[in-house]
Amino acid sequence: MTDPILAVRDLHVQIATRRGTVRAVDGVSLEVASGEALGLVGESGSGKSMTLRAILGVLPAEARVTSGEILLDGVNLVPLGNTDLNRIRGPKMSMIFQEPMSALNPVMRVGRQIAEGPQVHLGYNKARAAQRALELMRRVGIPDPERRFRAYPHEFSGGMRQRVMIAIALSCDPEIILCDEPTTALDVTIQDQILRLLAQLCRESGVSLIFVTHDLPVVAQVCQRVAVMYGGELVERGEVREVLLDPRHPYTLGLVRSAPDFEYVRESLVPIPGSPPSLISPPSGCRFHPRCEFAEEDCRVSATPLRPLPGGRSTACLHYERCQEAAAADRVRR
Amino acid sequence: MSLSGEQFIVPGGSALADLEVLPADRAAQPRQARRWYRQPALMAGIVIMGLIIATALSAPLLASYNPIALNLNATLLGPSSHHLLGTDQLGRDIFARLLYGLRLDLAVGCLAVLFPFTLGTILGSLAGYFGGWVDIVIMRLVDIVVAFPFYVLVIALVFVLGPGVRSIIIAITLVGWVSYARIIRGEILVAKRQDYVVAAQSGGLSSLRIMGRHLLPNVITQAIIYAMSDIVQDILAIVTLGYFGLGVPPPTPDLGSMINDGQNFLTTHWQLTTIPGLAVVVVGLGLSLIGDGLADLIRPGQS
Amino acid sequence: MSDALVPPAGKLGTPGTSAFSASTSPGATGEAGPLLSARNMSVTFPVGSPLAARIRHEQRMLRAVDGVDLALGRGEALALVGESGSGKSTFALALAGLRRIDGGQICFDGRTLPARRSRADQRRIQMVFQDPYSSLNPRLTVGSMLRELVQVHHVVPAGQVRSYCKELLELVGLGEDALRAHPRQFSGGQRQRVAIARALALRPDVLLADEPVSALDVSVQATILNLLRDLRAELGLTLLLISHNLAVVRHLCDRVAVMYLGRIVEVAPTEQLFSDPRHPYTQGLLAAIPRLSDDAAGSADNAPAVAGDPPSALRIPTGCRFRTRCPIAQDRCEREDPALAAASGDQGHLAACHFAFAAMPASVPRQREKGA
Repeated sequence: MTDPILAVRDLHVQIATRRGTVRAVDGVSLEVASGEALGLVGESGSGKSMTLRAILGVLPAEARVTSGEILLDGVNLVPLGNTDLNRIRGPKMSMIFQEPMSALNPVMRVGRQIAEGPQVHLGYNKARAAQRALELMRRVGIPDPERRFRAYPHEFSGGMRQRVMIAIALSCDPEIILCDEPTTALDVTIQDQILRLLAQLCRESGVSLIFVTHDLPVVAQVCQRVAVMYGGELVERGEVREVLLDPRHPYTLGLVRSAPDFEYVRESLVPIPGSPPSLISPPSGCRFHPRCEFAEEDCRVSATPLRPLPGGRSTACLHYERCQEAAAADRVRR
Repeated sequence: MSLSGEQFIVPGGSALADLEVLPADRAAQPRQARRWYRQPALMAGIVIMGLIIATALSAPLLASYNPIALNLNATLLGPSSHHLLGTDQLGRDIFARLLYGLRLDLAVGCLAVLFPFTLGTILGSLAGYFGGWVDIVIMRLVDIVVAFPFYVLVIALVFVLGPGVRSIIIAITLVGWVSYARIIRGEILVAKRQDYVVAAQSGGLSSLRIMGRHLLPNVITQAIIYAMSDIVQDILAIVTLGYFGLGVPPPTPDLGSMINDGQNFLTTHWQLTTIPGLAVVVVGLGLSLIGDGLADLIRPGQS
Repeated sequence: MSDALVPPAGKLGTPGTSAFSASTSPGATGEAGPLLSARNMSVTFPVGSPLAARIRHEQRMLRAVDGVDLALGRGEALALVGESGSGKSTFALALAGLRRIDGGQICFDGRTLPARRSRADQRRIQMVFQDPYSSLNPRLTVGSMLRELVQVHHVVPAGQVRSYCKELLELVGLGEDALRAHPRQFSGGQRQRVAIARALALRPDVLLADEPVSALDVSVQATILNLLRDLRAELGLTLLLISHNLAVVRHLCDRVAVMYLGRIVEVAPTEQLFSDPRHPYTQGLLAAIPRLSDDAAGSADNAPAVAGDPPSALRIPTGCRFRTRCPIAQDRCEREDPALAAASGDQGHLAACHFAFAAMPASVPRQREKGA
């Protein structure tokens, strides 16, 4: 990829707890090009949110990046202190969260919250920042922006609040926006609106996205490429259509099979047996092997980094062909 | 696809939602057993109170003199091998009086908390659970009681009922129930919206059973924590009443009257007042520590 | 051998005949009548302080459920679908006797249920809740919770209580040790199983499941959905499933009812609803569902399936309540509130739209009102 906007190299995030060290993110590498939307998929405990927060530099107090690099436009963010981080990261990277009500300041008017970013990071004066805020509100589809400018967050509906958050995220013209399950708490019709808005913004303003979610079809609606995480590691990566419709890792296959999909009505939903791995003492070898139907001896023993496959995709599975066959058989059955 | 026989799995790292920092070890082990002995405040409080209660209970064994026996030949003696803490102005052994006084005050203090606790919890539960008229009536009662300062009301009631342990307890009960009622009512208002309460209603269980078995055990902890500090307050109240002469009638020893009696000798024999005063302080300290320790225990880990 | 819990082998697979279904109900209608139905049901909540309202001489009533007619047949699995604010949860709570009804009636097994249900009636309709973390009492062990229900209702003779509880747990796929455990020792999926076991403990006729899987991880959702499906088959349960996720519904239910702002706007057999939706809201809802085969470019190009925000339930639009977001709204829609009606030939498919079964108007749609 030519000069990615954001490159994460072999990131390790650990959390010190009473019971041991939790290896929340264990060797994750990603790249996002300009104007591209990358999906990061996994269930709870997979490390996807931790990765995002490490990138933004807002890890909880007990968590630390123990090794690896996070390169924003070539600058490594990991060793930076707070002031430097704010200066470099501020205008270039922003984030939208799952719960807009907790991410928005309930006692500050919405217009002011949107205008704050440009004032602080871009040095706009109050009037100019307010203009920008109005523009952004129009851009994200908030009706009647002049009146809404002076409203408080609790006066907005869930979908509107999410739009406000997107406006705030766009306010300094960032290069990349990190999205942490932004539509999970929304109704499906509102989710549809927000996803389309994000896809449009991505295309028209050329801003990149990293979109974290556990919902596979949502990724399809917004992203071009997707990376799947399990137990703190990446297990598969590639173009969205390929990964979701023709998976090369048993976990991805399991996700696809167990999620009730609207289009392909299966006879029975096939859950993934077992439960997610402990991040303190994960299983040896491939972390998914205790739950995998294709597991062999070597899965228990060998390390399983991501390896490239022809066509620009990668998988961590040692026996991905078996997975490929099973996925093909599924398709025939539909 | 039945998974019968599957051991319910302690969700090792899976309950670690990406932002949840403390892993599920807290869910795995019983909260109290693991942590209560590690709380320094709680342990200190328990030790202090344990010692005090032990001493108070063994008053008959430890005291070599009768606490109300006068001995006008041996008044105002300093500490010695005969009288560990000396004697008071009527020749009575201070150590013995201290022990018996502690015993009485502790016992009355605990009783004086028990009745308001019970009454307040019952009324607060009814108000919180049923709402409507029941709530309005009970809360207006609370308002009326709260309008008066605590001591004013208690002293007035004891004055009317005549001094003595029984009156003290009645007075404190009639005044002190309101705090418990408010606490419990507030907790129940929140708790009754929880799905498990709705589920119990769906199961056709009677209101009484739901309140008693499902709601109360979950909300009572706040009231218990409050009760700890309330014991301290009640002991102080008894001591204060004793100081005003409305407490336990003489010659029965009680810390309040001991403090009062010793006032006249403050400059010459300060131990007459100071020692019972210190005893009150230590008891208060011990109970507060327990209360704080319990609060710390309960607060972070309310599962 | 367990007595009435698991039907003898021969009867498996014939829903409705299982001994588990309450067959001792007095006044049981024949197979023809619906088991549970709501007729013109409404549930309203006053909003804001009554004092302020009295001063202003107004009553702000939130009509959470606004005149709903719905019937559940014996042994059927009906889905109630809607977004937040549609009133579906309130409706379910009212059906279960946990919320007071302000209008209309609920009929069960041929009788109208009074406002205060008898204990015998209460137990026949049971509910499973959405949040597995708040629906189990943290202080009680699973065993004591189940035992209490069983004992209070005398479901089985005293000596058999323990074995009955064991069987309940087996039915939902949990081992006997779960009896001694507290809810905090379980994962989300397991808690839902416990919640289902609790709901089944009283041998209800009807199970109302309010978003039973939305709080769970995707791979765990499948286990619970499969469990519900199996239980239906084994025990002949009648199921009302509430969900906002249409994909979930498709896997489990025979019929679907769509709710919007307190009203049912469409009812049809599942496959028919998905292949031939007649109400514009249903069409929008279906179009809004993300699919694995979507792609980002298409997403950016096309307009959203349903525009605007739902109106506040305190200000329900006059006439048809969906008209503020409807792509084909006409003048008529503002004046007349469409009734839930069927096409002449097919009584199984109902929709509340003036143009549901007629030709769609090709003329210019009325200017849509600005969203709230």
